[in-house]
Amino acid sequence: MFADYSWSELTAIFAMQGFAGLILFSVFVLMALGLAIIFGQMGVINMAHGEFMILGAYVTYLVSIFFAEALPALFPAYFFIAMILAFIAAGALGMFVEWAMIRHLYKRPLDTLLATWGLSLILQQVYRSVFGAREVGVTIPDWMMGSLPLTDMIEIPINGIFVMVLAIGISVGVYVMMYRSRWGQQVRAINQNRVMAGAVGINTEWTDRMTYGIGCGIAGVAGSAFTMIGSTGPTAGQLYIVDTFLVVVFGGAASLLGTIASAFTISQAQSIMEFFLSGSMAKVLTLLVVIGILMLRPQGLFALKLRK
Amino acid sequence: MSDFDKSRKNNGVSRRALLAGGVALSASLFAPKVLRAQDYPTAEVNTTGLAVTDDTVTIGILHSVTGTMAISETGSVQAEKLAIEQINAQGGILGRKIEYIQEDGASDWPTFAEKAKKLLVNDKVASVMGCWTSASRKAVLPVFEQYNGFLYYPTFYEGLEESPNVIYTGQEATQQIIAGLDWVNKEKGAKSFYLLGSDYIWPRTSNKIARKHIENFLTDCKVVGEEYYPLGHTQFNSVINKIRLKKPDVIYAIVVGGSNVAFYKQLKAAGIDMTKESPLLLTISVTEDEIRGIGGENIEGAYACMKYFQSLDNDNNREFVAAFKEMWGDDMVIGDVTQAAYLGPWLWKAAVEKAGSFDVDKVRAASPGIELTSAPEGYVKVHENHHLWSKTRVGRAQADGQYEVVFETADLVEPNPFPEGYQ
Repeated sequence: MFADYSWSELTAIFAMQGFAGLILFSVFVLMALGLAIIFGQMGVINMAHGEFMILGAYVTYLVSIFFAEALPALFPAYFFIAMILAFIAAGALGMFVEWAMIRHLYKRPLDTLLATWGLSLILQQVYRSVFGAREVGVTIPDWMMGSLPLTDMIEIPINGIFVMVLAIGISVGVYVMMYRSRWGQQVRAINQNRVMAGAVGINTEWTDRMTYGIGCGIAGVAGSAFTMIGSTGPTAGQLYIVDTFLVVVFGGAASLLGTIASAFTISQAQSIMEFFLSGSMAKVLTLLVVIGILMLRPQGLFALKLRK
Repeated sequence: MSDFDKSRKNNGVSRRALLAGGVALSASLFAPKVLRAQDYPTAEVNTTGLAVTDDTVTIGILHSVTGTMAISETGSVQAEKLAIEQINAQGGILGRKIEYIQEDGASDWPTFAEKAKKLLVNDKVASVMGCWTSASRKAVLPVFEQYNGFLYYPTFYEGLEESPNVIYTGQEATQQIIAGLDWVNKEKGAKSFYLLGSDYIWPRTSNKIARKHIENFLTDCKVVGEEYYPLGHTQFNSVINKIRLKKPDVIYAIVVGGSNVAFYKQLKAAGIDMTKESPLLLTISVTEDEIRGIGGENIEGAYACMKYFQSLDNDNNREFVAAFKEMWGDDMVIGDVTQAAYLGPWLWKAAVEKAGSFDVDKVRAASPGIELTSAPEGYVKVHENHHLWSKTRVGRAQADGQYEVVFETADLVEPNPFPEGYQ
């Protein structure tokens, strides 16, 4: 397959392919972090995760229109404001949903699956009614499109770098909150024993609400970032949900490190196989490998050590 | 032709009459020969118990207005309603106003079949404008054949079908593919092609035809890659690297849905500037409708092969675009399928009037040979095989989201749903 190419061409392609894998990794991390927090720390299976992402995308769309109309001079920078607003909007909706629906279902975790699936259908129809059934086009500032030529042959997409930086930033932020803050300690305490945590004076209700809100907020930021690489439409959230669950389950539900390791494994496997095989075949093989490993290690790559 | 010739003479009068009525529509285009219902007694024009009264006839509209396909099918619904309104403003069909019952297929194929049955059995509709994906058409086909309904299907599709109960107003695959490949080979000197598509029947069948044509009918041309990605795939960086490695003259892309947006955005981000045409991108799956989601700036310079573009420069089309925008809003765009959907009610009207009856068997018998001089895409004619003779055109995408037409076939292309040598 490579006989006809010179060394420099091959090096360039492999370098770019390496970046493609890293970009896919960052995308997976962004998609999965929010879900991992909610699923891992609260045991709630949030089927509406994709719709929270799309809420972030629609917020970005609205902000882009506002800046284009009212503040065209600041248009190149609108994306940062859009991401902050996306976090707030998705987080606020998440907290409301937790208050209205999820908290009544903590004792019946499987029912959260049905309830949040219903929520995802409701949200899709709301988007369709408000924004129309068609996809909306989000105009990305010029500086974020295009590519960065490293050498004559190696070109790196700028939006890919942006997604990578964002993924690293959010991962570090989540790590600090989870393992270095009082709130994180409380979340983990509730996760281990809800009744006991309540008994020692932790406000479990408020902590749950915050956790769910932050998980959804991160989904909103991810959705906002994905307007650069994907579509924004009422059902676009469905495009991400399968991969997201795959990453979280494969990584081991309760472990953030596991989520990152699993995102890395799956993205690299998929990106390398896509290069050598056809796209559909790569997907099939990736899924087969994941199923195989989960049969051997049902708890996922990383799991908390629990006393049984 | 004689009907249309007569109607041309009546132009001035009817246009004034209609404008006076405050109805903006293409009066000069559609035969305004007003037929009176009393000349066509209901008992005679409807011997099979269809929903026809002395002053109305009911038809069905069956598309998805919810679910993932709503994004594509909305335009078709709008075009069909516009056509119905225009026909009614001209006095309807055989003196009867068209009423419609709209059902939602909800992007779910069994639902399509169920709703089709409801329309045919309970509502006794005289015809149905509907379906979009091949999967939904395949789902309703047994229902239409069992209850002898009559469906006008608007989407360009993979061919390999010819039902007595369906009129296909979009292109079958050869009509959409071959002329475009010939053009890119002859005008742009393209020799190597990279075929890319979403992984389901339409892109696969279309690419099969494209490959056969490239390898067997174009001299010295070859396919350097062929690939499919699952529906909804959003990461195309790997395939873009592969394309860079193979350096094809043409990327032939049949990516659909949400993947479409991801593909073109990532292509641009990867530094492949389509306006430079190396490689040149030719697609058969991006209409003006899709560009709204992709963003004109992300696809500028790509070529699309269709039978209709909103920018077509003729009187029929100008009036159609104006009427469509007046009815549905100024920010509307009109893609290939939307125009094909618009032809449905008009073709049915012409067939009913030729048959002098709403009976499905008589309408079917009258359909082959039906001509519309008034179609926005220009003159079309129904073939014996229930598909349309129509021209193939190539357009170049511009930053404003419209296509600039750069080529059209000199003659109408004959529909050939079962192409020999391509299977």
